[in-house]
Amino acid sequence: MRARRFLPGGWLSTYAFLYIVFLYLPVIFLPVFSINTAATPKFPLTGFTLQWYEDLPRTPALLDAAWNSLIVGVSAAILSTVLGILAARSITRYRYPGRRAINGLIMAPLVLPEVIVAISMLLVMLQLGLSLSLFTVVLGHVLICIPYSMTVLTSGFEGFDRSLEEASADLGESAFGTFRRVTLPMVAPAIISSLLVCFTISLDEFIIAFFLTGTEATLPIYIWGQLRFASKLPGVLALGTLLLVASLLLMTIAEMLRRRAARRTQNEGGLYA
Amino acid sequence: MPEQPRIERTHADRIQSERPMIEIRSVTRSYGAFRALDDASLTIREGEFFSLLGPSGCGKTTLLRMIAGFDNPTSGSIAVGGQSMEGIPANRRPTNMVFQSYAIFPHLNVEQNVAYGLKRLKLRGGEEKRRVEEALAQVSLTGLGKRLATELSGGQRQRVALARALVMRPKVLLLDEPLSALDKKLREQMQVELRRLQQAVGITFVLVTHDQYEALAMSDRIAVMFGGKIAQVASPKEIYQRPVNRQVADFLGGMNFVKAEIVEENGASLIVDTLGFGRIKTDKPKAFVRNGGGATLGIRPERLRVLWDNATAKFEVAGKVVERHYFGEITHLIVEIPGLEKPLSVTETNDFGADDIPVGTSIRLAYDPEALVAMAD
Repeated sequence: MRARRFLPGGWLSTYAFLYIVFLYLPVIFLPVFSINTAATPKFPLTGFTLQWYEDLPRTPALLDAAWNSLIVGVSAAILSTVLGILAARSITRYRYPGRRAINGLIMAPLVLPEVIVAISMLLVMLQLGLSLSLFTVVLGHVLICIPYSMTVLTSGFEGFDRSLEEASADLGESAFGTFRRVTLPMVAPAIISSLLVCFTISLDEFIIAFFLTGTEATLPIYIWGQLRFASKLPGVLALGTLLLVASLLLMTIAEMLRRRAARRTQNEGGLYA
Repeated sequence: MPEQPRIERTHADRIQSERPMIEIRSVTRSYGAFRALDDASLTIREGEFFSLLGPSGCGKTTLLRMIAGFDNPTSGSIAVGGQSMEGIPANRRPTNMVFQSYAIFPHLNVEQNVAYGLKRLKLRGGEEKRRVEEALAQVSLTGLGKRLATELSGGQRQRVALARALVMRPKVLLLDEPLSALDKKLREQMQVELRRLQQAVGITFVLVTHDQYEALAMSDRIAVMFGGKIAQVASPKEIYQRPVNRQVADFLGGMNFVKAEIVEENGASLIVDTLGFGRIKTDKPKAFVRNGGGATLGIRPERLRVLWDNATAKFEVAGKVVERHYFGEITHLIVEIPGLEKPLSVTETNDFGADDIPVGTSIRLAYDPEALVAMAD
């Protein structure tokens, strides 16, 4: 096979360059200004400091918000992954009428306007008589996390050689034992990957959390609140940088695990057509 | 096999016991209007190497999966070791299976794969380890216990699958096209090994295959299946030499079909007139149904021998070579016989120069009338 041709040097590469700059320049400003001594994000930079980072743990409201986010993120991740496992297994494993429609409906929150989802959920929760709390935020986050969880899990489950489960049953293992000794270990990387993706999404999510939370703020809501005070901006930038790094890290690990899971199931089943 | 007289004798003794191990009674499996298996009845004996042979879609795999418990008959019954299998799930049946894809657990090493089914038995005092070692030795994998499945070759994976099933000491070992993924040389080697292994362990083996040579080489008996029905159950030799119908004859290799007129029909034999071979007396096949005054006779290409120079035979036909195909150790000759609607296909070994017979030569062929068998259409 021939080596891939390089892009012609002209306008196409210029376009690609500008495109990348447009995507990532704002993101790069965040860490840059977060270590600048000046309180306003303006060039030229005035000097290097880690003061804004050092101030973060001394803000009780921020610590509360971080704790809330952790609770919501972990709960939403576990719930949506459990539901995602059941759905992904049914979608990849069985053939039944309405399978595609059901799959579409589960994936739909991915493209629904979030603000609409948030308002509708708010109405439903109030009608049900639920008081707004972190619990309602978790419910909202589960709804938007499941499509992501499904995507990660189906790619882990797809190509899973069914004869592996049959072999386990054939060797005397019960249905539950087969799940514990064969299915679970094989799809574990995909499950962990799903947990990480869901946690990351929940951690960054603003609109649904904003509508559905009561008095307790999650990190994005806390950040939004701080933006009203110009003097707090460097702290927000520092916090934002940390969130950014954490998200990137989690997503990278999640993707590595997802690929590993897909490889593992596929090279086994792929011996024959 | 003179070099292994002991194994041959014990094996023969076991066959003579003729106790049934698997009894399949009028089993039908329907998927909607389609019948994957249609009223199949079969008895497989204890200690037997039994093959289910047929083209893809003939129902052989469906039958095997129903014996294993992965599928259930729509009607009819299956018994293993005298016990009805109805309502008994796969994990509680006295059968173990070697899967076509081998289904080696990729997250476990060889030893853990083989020990998988033993874990539930909670064996004491190193018994588990001992049995795993023994099973690995049986399939010549000693020393590879710590390898991961992904580090094994196709042939080695197959041995792991075998060891994993044998270690359970099942009453019946089921093999679903176990050799189809191996290359030709390895396949032939594994045929011999599987046969040897079966004779050593004495377990009933049921093999599913679409490869007629595989079935002929390994089995004590073969069931040939077409379209969900069992066409014939017999020893390899009988299936090959006395196929009950044209379909079975064709599937088992080359066969020359000759049309004949029935002159006389009595109890066990038929006397027929053919244009090329004259009047022949032949055994009447069990399932023979007279269809007017005609019958079909078949003779395998290797049962026709070229007569050299002035050699004569008691039974011979004369014809002309119209095609010649060289295959290394043998040559296929296509010989036109006056009076026969289709030319005969003849397989001759090359030690006397059959590969040098020019096309157009007039030759004579010797045959044994016993080799001409009557069959249903």
